[in-house]
Amino acid sequence: MDAILFFVFAALAVGCAVSLVLQSHPIASALSLIGVMGSLGVLYLLLGGEFIAMAQLIVYAGAIMVLFIFVIMLLNAGAEPPGPKAKYLKFIGAPLLIVLMGLIGYFVQTQMGATEVVKFGSKSDFGSPASVGMSLFTQYLLPFEVTSVLILIAILGAIVLARKEID
Amino acid sequence: MPQLPFPSAVPISYYLILSAILFVLGVAGFIYRRNIITVFMSIELMLNAVNLSFVAFSYKFAKPDGHIFSFFVMVVAAAEAAVGLAIILTVFKNKQTLQIDDVDSMKL
Amino acid sequence: MQLWLIPILPFIGFLINGLFGRRFSKPVINAVAVGSVALSFLWVLKCFMAGVPAEEPHIERYFTWIASGDFTVGVDFMFDRLNSVMLFVVTGVGLLIHIYAVGYMSHEGGYYRFFAYLNLFMFFMLTLVLGANFLILFIGWEGVGLCSYLLIGFYFLEKFAGDAGKKAFIVNRVGDFGFSLAMFLIANHFGTLDFGAVFEKAKAMPVEHSAGFLTAVCLLLVLGATGKSAQIPLYTWLPDAMAGPTPVSALIHAATMVTAGVYMVTRSQLMFNNAPIALEVLAIIGLATAFFAATIGICQTDIKKVFAYSTVSQLGYMFLGLGVGAYSAGVWHLMTHAFFKALLFLGAGSVIHALSGEQELSQMGGLRKKIPYTFWTLMCAGLAIAGFPLTSGYFSKEAILGAAFEHHEWMFWVGVFTAGMTAFYVFRALFLAFFGEYRGHHHPHESPFVMTIPLMVLAALSLAGGLLFNIPHWLEPNAPPEHEDLKLKIIAIGSGFLGIVLAYYMYVVNTNLPVKIANTFSAVYRVIYNKYFVDEAYDSVIVHPLEEGSRVLLWKGIDAGMIDGTVNGVGHTARGFGKILRWAQAGNIRGYAAWVAFGSVLVLIAIGLVGGSK
Repeated sequence: MDAILFFVFAALAVGCAVSLVLQSHPIASALSLIGVMGSLGVLYLLLGGEFIAMAQLIVYAGAIMVLFIFVIMLLNAGAEPPGPKAKYLKFIGAPLLIVLMGLIGYFVQTQMGATEVVKFGSKSDFGSPASVGMSLFTQYLLPFEVTSVLILIAILGAIVLARKEID
Repeated sequence: MPQLPFPSAVPISYYLILSAILFVLGVAGFIYRRNIITVFMSIELMLNAVNLSFVAFSYKFAKPDGHIFSFFVMVVAAAEAAVGLAIILTVFKNKQTLQIDDVDSMKL
Repeated sequence: MQLWLIPILPFIGFLINGLFGRRFSKPVINAVAVGSVALSFLWVLKCFMAGVPAEEPHIERYFTWIASGDFTVGVDFMFDRLNSVMLFVVTGVGLLIHIYAVGYMSHEGGYYRFFAYLNLFMFFMLTLVLGANFLILFIGWEGVGLCSYLLIGFYFLEKFAGDAGKKAFIVNRVGDFGFSLAMFLIANHFGTLDFGAVFEKAKAMPVEHSAGFLTAVCLLLVLGATGKSAQIPLYTWLPDAMAGPTPVSALIHAATMVTAGVYMVTRSQLMFNNAPIALEVLAIIGLATAFFAATIGICQTDIKKVFAYSTVSQLGYMFLGLGVGAYSAGVWHLMTHAFFKALLFLGAGSVIHALSGEQELSQMGGLRKKIPYTFWTLMCAGLAIAGFPLTSGYFSKEAILGAAFEHHEWMFWVGVFTAGMTAFYVFRALFLAFFGEYRGHHHPHESPFVMTIPLMVLAALSLAGGLLFNIPHWLEPNAPPEHEDLKLKIIAIGSGFLGIVLAYYMYVVNTNLPVKIANTFSAVYRVIYNKYFVDEAYDSVIVHPLEEGSRVLLWKGIDAGMIDGTVNGVGHTARGFGKILRWAQAGNIRGYAAWVAFGSVLVLIAIGLVGGSK
């Protein structure tokens, strides 16, 4: 069961990612990205990360992507016209990426080798909100507080950058 | 249920390879697309791939640390998205274009 | 005895006049300049009265200057009989010339500068004479060369004066090079530069009849002497040095600086005695120079140039005297020459002053009624230089010629012929200037007393100096008396007389004769008139190649080409590299991302090769 779920949602994620890269209209790319995030959320659940899965769906897919879509609509971005064919990109870029992919795969296989399988619920509740919260508020308290300041700064920055000039 | 010809659970390395595939796809989108917003979304894709990798490792060691890291990545991604989109708005206001190739005033 | 006061007093005069003279009035400058030399002269007399040592010199060691391992050089002054003669001449004649210069330079610009340089020269010359080791002598040697340059180029607004000053300094430098090499050899071999120590050791060395160490050293010293004392081949600077003011010509280029070579050789006589080859070379150079310069002097038309070549010729006589072993005769001639040559130059200056700057003999004539004091004093000088009996020049010249006869007879005959020529050209100049009709356009007026009184003092010394000061007795009181050959004396006197009579005939009685002779032997005349084209020869063989080589090879080739090229080339190369590397910064964000991806691939490969991170 775990395997089937994995393969289905993995294929979904990869398909949506490919669609993100290949679609010409930004809105289509945005919707594909939402699809990727949703699939990843399920995969997080499989890996026992309940809190993260929910956070992904609520924050990432629900807030950030909505922000993206708002901006696309604000800017009235249209479909991207097919641009000049840059041959060198095709010659260098594709092999480069394939090589990158191959390398990572190779390392994963050799370093990780024989690893255990992922079975839903087989391990303790390390990913539950209680466990994450406990860790967040004791061991990682400082980064937590710092990120709240970070968000504050981001809000200020966004407001300053995007407001209309008051003449 | 009949024995299906493939295993019932997958090893963790499969998750990592999936993460790699998504990451490479993000890089491809970053390099090949010309619209700024699409490029930005490719960045988000890369971040998600990395998140998956973190969570997989967290499962391996049965600790919440990976989840926490992933959580922080999400927070930072949110902040970055906010500010980045604001910057895109400013660029659009100044240059009236969303083509990334037109933002080249740093050219020597 | 406080010998250091003798040079220091003029030096203080130099400092005061040099630093503050611009604001002083002329009487104050005079007082400082003349006063310092006068005080120095009085101090010399005081040292005389304290007794001049005969055997061992009186040495005052002030402080150690160089102490390097075993080699030490101290600032030492000495005082002995040889020294005392030089000191007397330098300060005495120097004082008279300073007084004269007060009148001569009275309407020239740069008054304080002139006297400052003159005092500086006195300081260096006195240091040269008082030095008790080769290095102190060399300091004075170089210093008088410097002052010579400064004073020759005194009228620096004239290009010719500056060129003459440079020529003097550079030609002197060649001689100084020889002197320096000699000093190095001495220091290396004897381990010291002190006169006493060096000569003790040199005396103990065997006489060298073939090339040896002492011969090498002495020949190098001779080279130095030829530079400073204007002998062949380094004499060409002296005639050009006449571009300086006349008191300078009198003091530096007649009485004192040019005699430094003679003094130096005489001081080193213990070394030269053991190197007879060097002495022979010295004598031949001196004789050749005397003859050669006399021939040139016959045809010169500028009064100062005539006397300049006369100086070169008389210096040749002095060297001849030294070379045949008659050191004291050479020194005697040094002293008498100082008297009558300074007088000749100062008198010429008086004539020039009377004619408001005219120096060409062709523009003079008939001046004996108009400037009588100058005329009579110059006549005394002429008699002295011609060797008229009982004048000072007669005694010293006889001594040299007698010693030359003892050495090699042919040297005597050449010397006698040269004496005749000397008398001829000096009286030629005097007759052209003072007899006949005045050929110029100025209004001659007699010089003021401040100029004529030194002339008169010098005239008295020229006439009576030989009788008053018997230098051979002074320097070698223990030497046996010379047997005096009457025949030689009569021959020498006779040649002098012949010269005077011939000059009288050609320039007073039959004034067309010189022109006719010049036209008959026109080629010979032209060669001699142009000083045998020696300057031109030096120019094309030495000066011009050096200049061209320096400009083309060293300047354009090495400096501009290689060094500048290298330095600029580095800049060019850096810029070129930058131009190539600039293509990486295209402002293309996607390009940057591609490079990042490429870089990460490389990093991964590297990690893989290393063996992974565990």
